[in-house]
Order: sequence, then structure tokens, then C-alpha cells
Amino acid sequence: MDAANPVVELKQITKRFSGIVANDSISLKLHKGEIHALLGENGAGKSTLMNILFGLYQPDEGSIEIKGKPVSIDNPNKAIELGIGMVHQHFKLVQPFTVTENIILGMEPKKLGFHLDYKTATAKIKSLSDQYGLKVDPNSKVSEISVGMQQRVEILKTLYRGADILIFDEPTAVLTPQEITDLMSIMRRLVDEGKSIILITHKLKEIMHISDAVTIIRRGKVVDTLKTSETNPNTLAEKMVGRNVSFKIDKKAATPGEAILEVRDLMLKNKEGVSVLDGLSLDVRAGEILGVAGVDGNGQSELIEALTGLRKVDSGSVTMKGLDLTNRTPRFVSEQGVSHIPEDRHKHGLVLDFSMSENMVLETYYKAPFNKGGFLNQQEIDKQAKKLIEAFDVRTPSIETKARSLSGGNQQKAIIAREIDKKPELLIAAQPTRGLDVGAIEFVQQQLISQRDQGKAVILISFELDEIMNVADRIVVIYEGRIVGEVLPEQTNDQELGLMMSGSTSGGKQHE
Amino acid sequence: MNKLMKIFTLDSIIIPVVAVIFGLIVGAVIMLAGGYDPILAYSSLFTSVFGDSYGFGETIREITPLIMTGLAVAFAFRAGLFNIGAEGQFLIGMTAASIIGIKITGLPALIHAPLAIIAGGLCGGLWAGIVGYLKAKRGVNEVIVSIMLNWTALYFSNYIVRTFLLQEGQQKSVDIQPTASISLQGLSMLMDNARMHMGTLLAVLAAVFFYIYMWKSKQGYELRAVGHNPNAAEYAGMNVKGNIVKAMFISGVFAGLGGAFQVLGVFHYQDIFTGSPGIGFDGIAVALIGMNHPFGTIMGAALFGTLTSGSSGMSFGAGVPPEIIRIVIGSIIFFIAAQGIVRWVLKPLYLKRKKEKVL
Repeated sequence: MDAANPVVELKQITKRFSGIVANDSISLKLHKGEIHALLGENGAGKSTLMNILFGLYQPDEGSIEIKGKPVSIDNPNKAIELGIGMVHQHFKLVQPFTVTENIILGMEPKKLGFHLDYKTATAKIKSLSDQYGLKVDPNSKVSEISVGMQQRVEILKTLYRGADILIFDEPTAVLTPQEITDLMSIMRRLVDEGKSIILITHKLKEIMHISDAVTIIRRGKVVDTLKTSETNPNTLAEKMVGRNVSFKIDKKAATPGEAILEVRDLMLKNKEGVSVLDGLSLDVRAGEILGVAGVDGNGQSELIEALTGLRKVDSGSVTMKGLDLTNRTPRFVSEQGVSHIPEDRHKHGLVLDFSMSENMVLETYYKAPFNKGGFLNQQEIDKQAKKLIEAFDVRTPSIETKARSLSGGNQQKAIIAREIDKKPELLIAAQPTRGLDVGAIEFVQQQLISQRDQGKAVILISFELDEIMNVADRIVVIYEGRIVGEVLPEQTNDQELGLMMSGSTSGGKQHE
Repeated sequence: MNKLMKIFTLDSIIIPVVAVIFGLIVGAVIMLAGGYDPILAYSSLFTSVFGDSYGFGETIREITPLIMTGLAVAFAFRAGLFNIGAEGQFLIGMTAASIIGIKITGLPALIHAPLAIIAGGLCGGLWAGIVGYLKAKRGVNEVIVSIMLNWTALYFSNYIVRTFLLQEGQQKSVDIQPTASISLQGLSMLMDNARMHMGTLLAVLAAVFFYIYMWKSKQGYELRAVGHNPNAAEYAGMNVKGNIVKAMFISGVFAGLGGAFQVLGVFHYQDIFTGSPGIGFDGIAVALIGMNHPFGTIMGAALFGTLTSGSSGMSFGAGVPPEIIRIVIGSIIFFIAAQGIVRWVLKPLYLKRKKEKVL
């Protein structure tokens, strides 16, 4: 098929949600053997569009053509029938099942009407896996294989169902750099074998690296469709955000002072008796940003919880300026000058059903002037909220608005405002830019740097290597509950960090 | 006044009102299907409640304990807990008030009655506190524990009455000392011997306390934070477990006080119950109708009490079985729970109003 005959053509798709236009007459053409990237900020309408293509939503206006034939896709089964497969960002796998069991789930091949024919299924999966170089063992349990492998199981699932149009929804969010490289070559292989791919992402590097064409969506409208070879990251970012963005963060060299926080030999076992923190030690100095790099699930969350008093450790110590903070309550820790931008802003950072003003005093409500003889001083609370919202440019209709109705970026700004206003000695920022768009990311990172410049100690825990490389002054790598290496950002690269993050200790040395 | 208006935002008042109207319509349809005259039925219900001072007084008597158990359920709900055990806490409150009211003698009324009330509230609170403690320390679901404790409370109360307070040859306790009574004799006389008592006033004050405590105090802020998002509350340094126990305790105090009012103001003795009196369970419905707001709860209790108290008048005047009223109440709860239906019906109205605003 040539350019004249796209495999998927979306024509003037419009979708409205109670007054909001999520997709405003979007048109998109996907050609056979092409990787077409769909680029846009959060809330730009990418997911809505793909959910329409996958049959989860119905468009209000417009039409869809698959291989030249107009179709109406009213449910995901119809989409699968048409050869559309979706690799979700959050895997939909049954953990205790084997790869084969997961893949055939819902369309089990049967012998004699009821007997499950695993043999045929396993053989088919094996041959599919070999054909596309996926290297998946059909008999291993999903709970025992890595995240990267689980994603391949998801890919196999779509292939097993005969998909030749694959939608990848933010596929690299959970992968290590090596796994990302592997995924890229798998995607190449898939298109070489005649599949077509739509890649949803907001990572420009990946788009430049892998895609053939890119469609940029902003506020539900197509801004432009370009050939990847004829564009560059700056142009793409500008089109995505609608203004000029700088990638390089301006920052002066750090001037670290004495150590503010000393963490020694933290040990913690989880309920199953597995060591999640395994003799972890680190120091953070005044006036520096310490980046903690690592793949999700290597003890980052537990480290944060141990530092902030949310979880008790089995042994080891946390000392801040000579004061023992080990296993103290969150309030005690907070009162010693520790601020915490939590990993999950909905779970820990905000009470979503509280108003903005109530949220702005979440940790200080019990102190004067907000607490006056056991009663809330609403006037002072409102004043505080107004002050913070103004200073940090939190876009909210009013201070009475519930935190739930704000966008992710504004929620995060509000949390940062609250945490920085506590004037901390130590700021712990866990995944502070997760799910934010380019503009908000810039703001958040600037705030961290400005804290550093004021002589505060900052810990930045992130799964995004770019962020760690750009923002941190010193990087430690966490792997299986230990610090396995320490490097300086200007003396390392993604490759080295990636290797350290996956457990091969070829990088800097600190841990034996 | 402006603030008061804010509490009763348009939505939060329109939905229950429409749900009540729908409920009455459902009741009417069922009456029609059964061959009864709904208009006569509702008018005789109305007359029996508002027609004479006795009916009106007895309706208020009916409403009072419902306010208390409704507040109990609503309070726990605001802290993220489902207190289905108001029934048991109510019974324990009754029993405690009976013990103090019967066994203690020689106190002046000014001390005896308050003492009995406090005992009722305190014991109801402690009873609910068991639930809170088990939930906070052991992670046991509060619904299961409180249901079990309802039965425990029923048989425990019966045991106490039978063993210590029994009136010879009867299935009830002896009467409380006159000094422990909170009946308002003068008012009752004026109301044709309807059983009026101080508890009604205290119930309204309890609702005011609820409002101020929950939305104006530091402790209420904590309770609400824990209720909405225990993780964030913990992150913010609040004592989540302590707050769960506290919320259940205060919730139980409301229910226990309700029980105490019933003994000290209405009956002046305590029955040996064959089954649970059900006022605590009705409190769940009342809180739901009142959308877990203290002032809404008063209105919910007023509605519930009016319908219940008027149902006998309705059966007398129109021959409609009083159980029909339970159908009406059930439908009202249904329409409140399924708010989507009400909003859907009201949608054209909203749109019209918006258009007018634009013009």
C-alpha cells in the first residue's frame, strides 16, 4: 500500500465531554509499516482519541476508516476484530498466571469443547515471539518476569489476537534505559514485518529516535503533522506547548556546605520478609540537590517513607544536623524542618475533597495563627492560601475550590507552594514532575534549584534520567534497597547510569 | 446569614426535596394500585400530625431520637466511618441512663437528670469506641464489629434490666426516680399530654455542636482529613488511629444520648426488648436523607418522624396499611442515593435557568 491508502484514517473526529471539547475535528492518517507518534501535553486529547479508535468512546462527529473501509467501532471487541491492538500504559496482566495463560485469557483454544489446549497456544506464542524477536518464555509466570518482559507479553497479546495496528500508550514510562532501547528495536521489527504503530508519548527524544511521522495535538486540536526527519525537538516542543521552551536548565554550580542529612545502614523488611531497604546509606549537604536515580520499585518509596517518619525501619539511623530522626513521627520530622513533596499527590499530598485553603494548611493547621484556642482561624487560613496561590501562580477559580477540580500541574504547584513555605532545611521531592506538562515541569525544577541556591538540602527522587541529569548536582543510584554507585552528572551518561540502575555495578564506586 | 446560605447550596437542598416528592408519588402509585385513595391518605397523615397539639407533640417526640441516631451516623460518616451500630449504642445509652435513673436515689433533679444523661452518652460512646479501637489497632472492619455489637448490646441490655432493674411480674424495668426525669410536665399538659421532654432541645444543640466541632475546630479538621484521605492525614502528621477512635466515640455519644432521652423523657422505664427497636437503623436513613450534614439530619429526622408518626393516622383515616409509609421512606432513600435520576429529571429546569441568566 502506498501513501494514498492509509491503514487507519481518522476524519474530523470531534468528542465533547459535558461542554469540554476533548477532540476538535482531529484528522490523522496512519500508513502501513509506519510508526506514527502522537504528541501532546497531558489533557491535550491523545488518550480520548485513542480510546475512540479502540472503541471505548464514540465520536460525536467524524468517521473512521480502516484499510479504506468506513467502520463504526462501538466496543473494544470490534476494534480487535478489525486488527487494532492496544498496549496499555498500566499492564492488564494476571500476576500468578503464566505468560501463555495471560495471552489466551478470554479466547482460550479448546479441545473437545472444554479441554484447554495449552500446547497449541504455547507453540503459537513461541513462534510469534521468535518472529518478532520478543524472547518471551511462554511458560514463565508473569509475577516472575521483569517489567520490560511484561510489556512484551502485552505486545504478544495483541499479536496473538491478530492485530496489525498497534497502539502504544506511553510505553516507556516504566522502563529502564536498556529496556527502552530494546523496545525501540522491537517496534522497528514490528513495522518491518508489516505492522503499523501509533505511539502516544510526550517524550521528544523517543519520537525523534523511532517515529516516521508525528502529529502534535494541543487542546484537542491538531497543531501539525510532520515527517520526523524534517523536524527537530525544539520545533516539536514549541508546537506542543504553544510557546518557546528551554530544555537546558539554567543553574549555577552548586556550592555545597556541611552535611544536613546523614542516613546510615537503613534496613527494612516488608510484610513478606523481603529486604526492601538493605543497608542504605547516604548524605545530603546544604546547597546541593542529590539525585536518587533508579528503576521504580527498588526501595525509593520505602526510603522516602523512612526519611519522613511514615514508616519505621528495622535498623539504621537518620540524623539531621546531629538530631536523631530515626523512627520519629511524621509531625516531629516535619517540625525539624523537613518538607516532602510526595510521590503520589492524590494519595498523600492533598485531601482532594478539601478546599484549596484547607489544603494549604494541611501540616500547619494546628499552629498559630491558624489555630486559635482549638478553633480554626478561617481568616488567617484564607490569607495564607491567597498568599501561596498568588506567589506560586496556582490557577484556581477561588480558594474555596476543591483540590480535586484543579489540573495535575496546579495541584502540584499548590503542594510545592505549601512545602516550600514551611522554609525547610531539607526538601524531599519524590517524582515532582510526574504527569506534568513541559511548562509545569520547568517551573517545578526551577523551584528545586532556587531552594538549593538558598542553601537548602534537596533530595530529588526520580525515574526520569533526564530530570536527574539536568537538575541534580550529585547522583546516587539505588538498586534493590542499596546505593550501588555515586556519580556526578557531568561525568556520566545515560548508558552508564542505566547499567547501574539495572544492577551491574560498573559505574562509580561507593558500595562494595 | 450569608454563611448559612452557603451551607444549603441550591443543589444540596433541591435534591432531597425532589427526592421526597418522588417518594410520595411512588407511595401514591402503590396506594392507587392497592385500591386506596392517596390524596385522602396523605391528607389524613397530614391532619394527624398537624391537626391537633397532641399529634404534633408526639411527632416531635418521634423525631427527637432520630435526630440523635442520625447525627451519630452522619458524624462517623464525615470521618470516613460507617457506623451501622448506632442501634447498639442507643440501647447501651438507654440502659446506662436507666441504671443511674433507677438505682441512684436522693439526688436533686438538677444533678440526677444530667448525671443520667451523661452516663447514657458516655456509655454509648465507649460502646462505639470498642469498634473504633478494633478498627484502628487491629484493622477490623467497623461494619462487621458494630453489627455484632448491636446484638451484644440488645441481649446485654435485656440481661441488665431482667437481673437488676426488673419490675416484678412484668417485661420491663421499674420506673426511674422522678428526679432523673427530663419530661416537661408543663409543656406536656399544654400539648394534650403529648410526651414532651428536654431531649428535643438538647438534640438541636447537639446538631449545632456537630456543626461547630466538625467545621470550625482544629479537631474537626483532623477528623475530616482522616475521613477523606487517611494517607494524606498521616503524611500531614495527624494521628489517624487516634482520630478513628475519637470519631467513633463521639458518634456513639450522640446515639447513647438519644437512648438516654428516650428513657428519661418518654417512657421512664426500659422494656425487655424482644427485637431491636430500630431507631439506630433508622438513623442511617435519616443521615442519608440529611446528606450527612447536621442540619440536614434534623430535617431528615423531621421528615422521617412525621411520616412514621402520621402513618397510624393515615391507616385510621384512609384504611391504608401503615407499612406503606416504609415504602415511601424507602423510595425517598432510593432517590437520594440515585441522585443521577433526580438530576436527570431536573436537567431541563437547570438549562432553562441558565438561559435566563444569560439573557
